[in-house]
Amino acid sequence: MNGKNFYSRRFFLKTSGALAALAAIPATVKSFYLDAKRLIIPPRQKQPLIVKVNKQTHRLEADTRTTLLDLLREDLHLTGTKKGCDHGQCGACTVHVNGERVLSCLTLAATLPGKEVTTIEGLADGDQLHPMQEAFLECDGFQCGYCTPGQIMSAVACVKEGHTKSVAEIKEFMSGNLCRCGAYNGIVESIQKVAK
Amino acid sequence: MKPFSFSKSDKVSKALSAKKEAVQFLAGGTNLVDLMKKNIAVPDGLIDISAVLSDKVEAQTVNTRIGAMVRNSALATDPQILAKNPLVAKAVLAGASPQIRNMASTAGNLLQRTRCPYFYETSTPCNKRNPGSGCSALHGEQRMSAIIGYNDACVAVHPSDLCIALAALSASVNVTDKGNKQLVIPFKDFHKLPESTPELDNHLPKDAIITSVDIPDNPFNKHFAYLKLRDRDSYAFALVSVAAALELEGNRIKDARLASGGVAHKPWRWQKAEQYLKGKEANAATFSAAAAMVADEVKPLPGNGFKKVMLMGAIETALQNCLTA
Ligand SMILES: Cc1cc2nc3c(=O)[nH]c(=O)nc-3n(C[C@H](O)[C@H](O)[C@H](O)COP(=O)(O)OP(=O)(O)OC[C@H]3O[C@@H](n4cnc5c(N)ncnc54)[C@H](O)[C@@H]3O)c2cc1C
Ligand code: SF4
Ligand code: FES
Ligand code: FES
Repeated sequence: MNGKNFYSRRFFLKTSGALAALAAIPATVKSFYLDAKRLIIPPRQKQPLIVKVNKQTHRLEADTRTTLLDLLREDLHLTGTKKGCDHGQCGACTVHVNGERVLSCLTLAATLPGKEVTTIEGLADGDQLHPMQEAFLECDGFQCGYCTPGQIMSAVACVKEGHTKSVAEIKEFMSGNLCRCGAYNGIVESIQKVAK
Repeated sequence: MKPFSFSKSDKVSKALSAKKEAVQFLAGGTNLVDLMKKNIAVPDGLIDISAVLSDKVEAQTVNTRIGAMVRNSALATDPQILAKNPLVAKAVLAGASPQIRNMASTAGNLLQRTRCPYFYETSTPCNKRNPGSGCSALHGEQRMSAIIGYNDACVAVHPSDLCIALAALSASVNVTDKGNKQLVIPFKDFHKLPESTPELDNHLPKDAIITSVDIPDNPFNKHFAYLKLRDRDSYAFALVSVAAALELEGNRIKDARLASGGVAHKPWRWQKAEQYLKGKEANAATFSAAAAMVADEVKPLPGNGFKKVMLMGAIETALQNCLTA
């Protein structure tokens, strides 16, 4: 699938910086290098993008490779949503798209036009915290706080889906959110509190 | 990630005419985007097909049709699936996490690639990722590897849970090929063994699109079980999994289905054991004899002998659970 081509890509990815730093390399060599690089590494492709996040519409240009997670953090400066693994394995990046919980690290921004995104920043009503945010504060639903935005977004959806009939059910339907601090008991308690 | 062009299709025929070897379909993206980040999939372009394929479950005269874009979470809660094929819902809920199930499509689940650790580690040889480079798992870490149907070229397993239930229920896959011809591929012929082409996971024709999956009406909606054993309780791929279903007449087994995940390059049906179960009394002795027949068939690798014992226990337990379901 990626065989030789991948290694030549890697060669250019590794050497580009070094070439820029060495002013002494003759211009002909430099231009040959750049031509070859363009052949092997296709230029980035940008597209206009309209996205609705927390009820606000943003119009921007984005590289087709941009994930929703990177769009939120790097372009819209909404850094509440966290990057844990970037591979779908931890849940730190959980947001809502059209009211459903999804992983923003595996969602390409280009798929978003026409959809509504809600992040942790969009949960509170002005100064009034969302009941789940209050519950996490009261029940010690976090320690370091890194997984917390993802946990809260997932917890809100878990209650909405009605998966709160028992502790076992809550644990099963919150299993997509890992917490390295082990604040799980507080998280389950927070959810029980809001579900009541 | 390699730069790529992105387009959203509004018609199956348009999606097919835009499809080329270097251009891939994007459904939920939960597998493809991940593989692109690791430079394992390096498409020049993506065609978002989420709007062109059905996301409905429909009852038809002799089967249930699942649209290719039915998300895993919708499939697991669909009233018709719960009434007619509850084994499918059980299997889906044993997989991934709620967030991933909200994104993942039915067709994407069939086409997800293996979770062999070497396939994901691009600095190691792997015939599936880089044909001809060798198989690192053959003499490496084999905890997640196959115990049947493998060869020296590849010992990886298919990671799906949904597919195990679909195999057990003899589903079929509806496909439209690049020339707009419609094909029906029986589930048992959809995925393949490694043979000399481990880079190919299935027999989907090149550049074809999956439009739906059919499950024939069946008597297996009363006594069924899906058992998945893994390294943690939830949100992990199967070491071994078992889909079991019985049709009972009193205490006698009229018909049986038995399939496993985590054991082979494709969802695996235990046909000998199914045959054996037919006509027998549904009791512990029968179940343990069926499990022993399965154990006789498997050939664990040096690094995963534990899977044989684990599978025997899983089969006995799953069959027993059919009686209490
Ligand atoms: C952390 C994690 C844990 C997981 N755990 C499990 C688990 O325990 N059990 C389990 O079963 N799965 C598990 N999964 C896998 C998940 O279920 C699959 O990734 C998902 O089903 C793929 O569906 P998708 O729609 O996201 O596919 P995509 O990633 O969009 O596509 C996958 C492939 O299918 C092709 N494709 C998609 N739709 C079509 C179509 N209609 N026609 C032709 N080609 C098509 C794409 O081109 C691509 O090659 C897990 C995934 C992750 C990330
Ligand atoms: S088992 Fe298959 S996927 Fe794993 S390293 Fe070997 S060839 Fe690659
Ligand atoms: S950052 Fe998305 S799941 Fe870990
Ligand atoms: S609070 Fe630290 S990771 Fe969860």
